[in-house]
Amino acid sequence: MATLAQVELNEVVRGSSTVPVIEVEDIHKFYQLGETQVHALRGVNLTIERGEFVAIMGSSGSGKSTFMNLLGCLDRPNSGKYMLEGDDVSQLEKKALAAIRNRKLGFVFQGFNLLSRTTALENVELPMLYAKLDKQQRLGRAKEVLELVGLGQRMDHFPSQLSGGQQQRVAIARALVNKPAILLADEPTGNLDSRTSVEIMQIFQELNDGGLTIVLVTHEPDVAQFAKRIVVFRDGKIRHDDLVQDRPKAAETLKNMPAVDED
Amino acid sequence: MTGVIMDFAAILRIAVQALTRNKMRSLLTMLGIIIGVGAVIATVGLGQGAQQAVQDQIASMGTNLLYISAGSVNRGGIRLGGGATKTLVDNDMQAILREVPQVSQVAPGAGASSQVVYENQNWSTRVTGTSPQYFDIRNWPFARGGSFTDDDVTRATNVVVLGATVQQNLFGNSDPTGQTVRIGNLPFQVVGVLTAKGQSGLGQDQDDGVYIPITTLQKKITGQDWLQYIMASASSQAASFSAQNQITAVLRDRHRIRAGQDDDFSVRNLADVAQLADASSRVMTMLLASIAGVSLIVGGIGIMNIMLVSVTERTREIGIRIAIGATESDVMRQFLSESVVLSLTGGVVGILFGVGSSVMITRLLGWNMLISPAAVVAAVVFSMAVGIFFGFYPARKAAVLDPIEALRFE
Repeated sequence: MATLAQVELNEVVRGSSTVPVIEVEDIHKFYQLGETQVHALRGVNLTIERGEFVAIMGSSGSGKSTFMNLLGCLDRPNSGKYMLEGDDVSQLEKKALAAIRNRKLGFVFQGFNLLSRTTALENVELPMLYAKLDKQQRLGRAKEVLELVGLGQRMDHFPSQLSGGQQQRVAIARALVNKPAILLADEPTGNLDSRTSVEIMQIFQELNDGGLTIVLVTHEPDVAQFAKRIVVFRDGKIRHDDLVQDRPKAAETLKNMPAVDED
Repeated sequence: MTGVIMDFAAILRIAVQALTRNKMRSLLTMLGIIIGVGAVIATVGLGQGAQQAVQDQIASMGTNLLYISAGSVNRGGIRLGGGATKTLVDNDMQAILREVPQVSQVAPGAGASSQVVYENQNWSTRVTGTSPQYFDIRNWPFARGGSFTDDDVTRATNVVVLGATVQQNLFGNSDPTGQTVRIGNLPFQVVGVLTAKGQSGLGQDQDDGVYIPITTLQKKITGQDWLQYIMASASSQAASFSAQNQITAVLRDRHRIRAGQDDDFSVRNLADVAQLADASSRVMTMLLASIAGVSLIVGGIGIMNIMLVSVTERTREIGIRIAIGATESDVMRQFLSESVVLSLTGGVVGILFGVGSSVMITRLLGWNMLISPAAVVAAVVFSMAVGIFFGFYPARKAAVLDPIEALRFE
């Protein structure tokens, strides 16, 4: 099952430009935990160009989650600069950040985070609702993206009627529906079995091949291998930043995996 | 088309979806509003009905009516009751008509109790002596026949007008006009029958009485030449107040009452009574409605309570929505619309409930109820306001959630 439908990928990728998608300069973030101040990020610098596929790794407490929240505009840094597509977004107001999350960022979470008792189609429609698109545009676009991730036949299913892999595909469709500049995936395979994990990575690889920039947080080296570049965090700083040698193709890996009966 | 806000239908659909997920809970929450609005509608309806009934009764006594009654008299420290003085006479009445320009009509009144007999039927009733103007002043039409005439008054003829109750008791359904009844030992020819007026505000049967020319009463029945009361009709309700003062002045002068001495008569103005009755029933209505209004507020607190629970339960959902681009006002709007849908639905059902119970009370107790459109509109607006007011705090709480925390919430 599940090869990415042959839909024009530029449908989900924004127009190219030479500006880096993400440019982070000397970012610091503090937390107040009771009496003690935690210095979660201690001067992080990172540039991600258009079309990159970056895996962020690190143990818990390394600052990778904090960094991801900053990239996702869910939080603001205490100091430093965060340029998203050339615009400084590090000190924007809440409302402006909401608009950026809506238009420029797509989120995929470990726990899928779909709205229960809401169909796949309605889940995918949701970001467009906040983008204030009208009903027809929403429907058309949501169907298109669901087809893209291979769920054209299950649009009216509720999350509880879908397998983990299928739920994550709905989440990916939801992330892509507003044509984001970047897809942020936080442990997207954490709740999935190994075969389904590879299937999800296959989708990511294909989306990336189509030009979509992807940042993926994971602590599984197997999963990180599918990315083009691996950034390792430790103690609030980037310790390693390497390109992946001999990157496996998820599609190939799948062929060599024993079939598990899903569905 | 790109709307300025999320399209209204979508907001409403999401709110209804969320509420129908917990049908029982939503219903119970609404019940508070339903009872509150229903109670307000029913009590206001009841109050206005009562007010209307009082007004109708006062209007039935006559329009712009001034009632001048002979007062009590103080003889050597013994005070006799109202009507005991002999000082109010026909000339007083003529003077009032002549000297008080606001008074358009006057009629004398004196009475006695007597047995009225027709063939083998008899009925004890009040016999009132008056003039034909009496029926005009009291705004009292005839069911059959008509009034006796001024000529009858001048000549003290034996003619009688029957009240509806007397007519019913003596004649049943047959036409009494032209028949002869006996009052005491005297024969009287029936010239007219009054329409039924029903009970007065004090519960008296206004139809239980007969009317004969004042002169006939004075000369042939009581033998007294003074009046018990004079009824006067002012040209308008506003004029009735100044007329009241002038009549007092005229009568004090005629009766030679010195400054500082008590009147030997009293002048009552029905406009006063009407205003008093109106004010008291309005106060009563307000009182009832505000008690009912309290239950509406309690209903609002119920909404707030359940919305707070709902926000906590759906913390994760809120986190997801914020992560994919919902602004504070989007989240706010979502939860506010839920509480408004709750309270507004409750309000509409409450109106139906209130109107239904009004109709039932009307049928069962025979009370008059008026459902005013203003009360219905006010109920809708007020229940919506309750939804917004009590939904605001929970919605605010949802809107300012930290998405990172919210997404971690289990």
